[in-house]
Order: sequence, then C-alpha cells, then structure tokens
Amino acid sequence: MRVLASLAAAILAAACASTPPAPVKPELFAVVPASDGHVGTIVVHSHGDDRVIHSAYGAERIGTDGSMKEATLTPAEVKESFGPTLEALPGKPATFVLYFLEARDELTPESKVEMDKVLAELKRRPLPDIVVIGHTDSVGSLTYNDKLSLARAERVRDMMIGMGIPADRITAAGRGKRELLVPTDENVSEARNRRVEINVR
Amino acid sequence: MRKAMILAAVLAVAGPAMAADVGLIKVSRGNVQVERAGARVPASVGMGLQASDTIVTGADGSAGVTFTDNSLVSVGPNTVFAIDKYSFDSTTHQGEFEGNLKQGRLAAVSGKMVKQTPESMKIRTPSAIMGVRGTEFLVQVDEK
Repeated sequence: MRVLASLAAAILAAACASTPPAPVKPELFAVVPASDGHVGTIVVHSHGDDRVIHSAYGAERIGTDGSMKEATLTPAEVKESFGPTLEALPGKPATFVLYFLEARDELTPESKVEMDKVLAELKRRPLPDIVVIGHTDSVGSLTYNDKLSLARAERVRDMMIGMGIPADRITAAGRGKRELLVPTDENVSEARNRRVEINVR
Repeated sequence: MRKAMILAAVLAVAGPAMAADVGLIKVSRGNVQVERAGARVPASVGMGLQASDTIVTGADGSAGVTFTDNSLVSVGPNTVFAIDKYSFDSTTHQGEFEGNLKQGRLAAVSGKMVKQTPESMKIRTPSAIMGVRGTEFLVQVDEK
C-alpha cells in the first residue's frame, strides 16, 4: 500500500514537472470615465502582482498563461464588449430643482418647460424611488410656509402620477422655510428659495 | 455581562437581519435568474437581492442592480455573478462588498461605502481580486 502511494506521488510529480501550468480564463479590468468626466481608480491583485489603473479606458488583461498586461481600450471596444452590460446599468441617483411663483403652488414658466425634461428622465428609469421636497422663501409664518411647501411638493407629485409614474414610488414632503437655498432674513421674497427638490434613484 | 452581550450580538446577526435586502433588481432583460439557497428563480424588476445570492444570465440576458449604499452593478449575457459578502451601515457609511465574477461581464459604479473607505468594495475573479477606489469600472471573465 505504501509503495503504491509513493508510486502515485512520483507519477503525479512527474506529470506536474512536464506539463505547463493549466491555462486560466482570460480576464479584463478597466476604468471608464463617468458621465461627468470623473476618472476613478481600481487596483488589481493577481498572483502577487498589484496593478493600479487610474486613467480613462486604462485596463489590465490577464492572459491564459496567467500573466497580467497593461492595455488601453477604445470607447468603440468598450461598446462592442460591454454594450448590453452598460445598457443594463441603472440610472445614477439624480437631483432636479424646479422653481415656483411667489406664494403659490404653481411652477414658473421656465420650470414648466424644465418639468417636461425631468418627467422624461424619470420615465426612463424602471422602478424609480422618487422623493419630492418642497421649500419656500422666508415670507410668512412657519405654519403657512410648511403648508405651502407641502402643497408645492404634492403638486409636483400629482404631475408625476399624471404622467404614469406609480404613486407608491413617490414620496412628497414639505420643509417650509427651514432649509433656505439662499440664506436671507425673515420676510424676504427670494425666487431661488421657492422650489422643490426632486431626488430619484 | 460580556457573555450576554456576545450572545445578543450573535442573535442579531443570525436573526431576521440576515434576510434583509441588500439590493434591488432595477433592470432585467432576457433570461435572468437568481440562485438562492440552491434554488433558481427568474429575476423580475423589483425583486430584492440578499447577500449570498448569485445572478445567472443566459445568452440574451442582462440585469442591473442598485445596492443600499447607492452602488450600481450590471451584468451582461452568459454571466455568473455572486454576492459573496455585503454589509452597509447607512449612518457611518462603513461596509463591505465582495462580489465574485465567475464568468461573463460586469459594469459597476461604486457608492457611499467606497467613498467612506476605499477598497471596501472588491470584485473577485478566478485569477484576481480587484479593489475599488471609485467609481466606474468594467470586468470581464471569458470562458476560454
């Protein structure tokens, strides 16, 4: 039995010595620029080798022999290899701000135009989580502005529901004059503070 | 006292918190399945994912997932991607994300935990471990 075992070990050792390492699956790691142009960093550790990638379309390839080689991809190569993968990437969390007429829950004419773009963007996202937060300027009492800010948020929420976005995906809240975008004294009419923030993810 | 606290901690880990969703399937196209505890179920939009789930796509499949730290991961056709570890504390933004791309293609955008702690998100492949310092990256493991 012992002889058999050592014979087997000898055969195994001989086999290992004569055959090259088994081929591995080829791999690719790459950094791609974000939509805002930001270029990130990744670190690839493989068989005691550490490579840092921090250039746009910078890449490392692992060959079938296990070795790592630096590479640079082109946007066309990325599209060809990762087209369907990138198309499935969910939309990044985004924030939109819309402005209102003074003391009313009606959007300014400019923001009405903007609202159409926001709705189109929201409708592109399957299963969005939307939070609408209304704000006011500092004219009027706390109670009055809490109500007005909520009315603004709910008005925007209703417009979204009217466009076919499911009501249970949208939360509306009012912050009154507690979170001024442009800090002012009390009772100052300020157009930039009369707004809703729409956060989607 | 210390014993009681350790017991409480163990209970907390082993309790319902284990089954909490760590991500949500936001995009599912073609043949996409989620493997959980040995069983495979078709992945539909809105389905919650748990740590230790594996996403498996067919030749026409692709899927997109949002994780609780706002990181985004998508997988392409013929892909096997396992969530080996995932934890995230929404107060401290500390966490750990270990994904395992056994085969196929992956695109990802890192989230809050990497912003807090670089390389807290890692992707394993058959030959390497990749640490993420941020933000957008691609990984591919070919069949041959």
